[in-house]
Amino acid sequence: MTVDPNVFLAIVAMAAATVLTRISGLLLIRFVTIGPQQKRALEAIPPAVLMAVISPTALVTGPAETLAVLATALAATRLPLLAAVATGVIVVAIARALIGA
Amino acid sequence: MNKNDVIREFSGGLRTMAPLIVAVMPIGLVFGAVAASKGLSSLEVTLMSAFVFAGGSQFVAMDIWSHPASWGALGFSALLVNIRHVLMSASIGTKMPAFSGPAKYAAMLLLADEIWAMAETRATQARLSAAWYAGLAVPFYFVWVLTSLAGSLAGAFLGDPKVIGLDFAFPAVFVVLLMGFWKGRETGAVLAASAAAAVLTHQLLPGVWYIAAGAAAGVIATLVIDQRREACA
Repeated sequence: MTVDPNVFLAIVAMAAATVLTRISGLLLIRFVTIGPQQKRALEAIPPAVLMAVISPTALVTGPAETLAVLATALAATRLPLLAAVATGVIVVAIARALIGA
Repeated sequence: MNKNDVIREFSGGLRTMAPLIVAVMPIGLVFGAVAASKGLSSLEVTLMSAFVFAGGSQFVAMDIWSHPASWGALGFSALLVNIRHVLMSASIGTKMPAFSGPAKYAAMLLLADEIWAMAETRATQARLSAAWYAGLAVPFYFVWVLTSLAGSLAGAFLGDPKVIGLDFAFPAVFVVLLMGFWKGRETGAVLAASAAAAVLTHQLLPGVWYIAAGAAAGVIATLVIDQRREACA
């Protein structure tokens, strides 16, 4: 159980960078007046970020992942979160086994 | 808010987060195992998960890990990987009128993707309270730190989570949450712009620039629609 000084410095640098990104959005909205246009831009952030996060998995990773994303989205319209996520996990596992990805 | 309300709100957040807490366990274990295989001690692994608490950037750090560790490269890559948090904290920050000033900043320290997405979803349904947010964030945080530690101790004994599809749990959660933000055609435009920019960037640039690019494209799409609407009016 040792901590190398270089490793510790690296961890502190990563932590500082992460905290900076997490705090700066909060500072931003304190100093920028939120009008109707800014409000709509802010409202677009959650779907835009979520779509960006899943796009490579959904569209360019492989047929198994694309299929599982579709199955999850469809399941989400009828099932609660956990059941929809389980559907996605099961579909991706089966599809990968069948397709061999 | 009295003590009972706080407990009820906290456990509400915890119950909402429970499936994600289960889903993050294998990921924490894998992170710990990967980090141990790169030569990090269990204490170093635990410190990284506790101080950084951002899974994406931690995995990227393992990708570019070197001996001796280069703090400049690792810090810069964490900045790039987490640049999306600027937008996320700006967005969730407007939904925290019930938080005290210090509570807002404390909440931001724990703004991991999963916690943020759940808090955004909660804010569309009810007033987001600090106690609810703590229920989402604090147990999730400790599970992440402890499973990282356990993974570093178990090391290579762990199998590949891909085989049973567990690596798909988080993309699946994001898909489900995304469906909840659908508000009609305008959302469609945001999603199309975000997906196109994200995929293009993902193909052209290494790392996770694609998330920032997709997020920016989605927001720009909204602004363009706004301008057109004003021009028509």
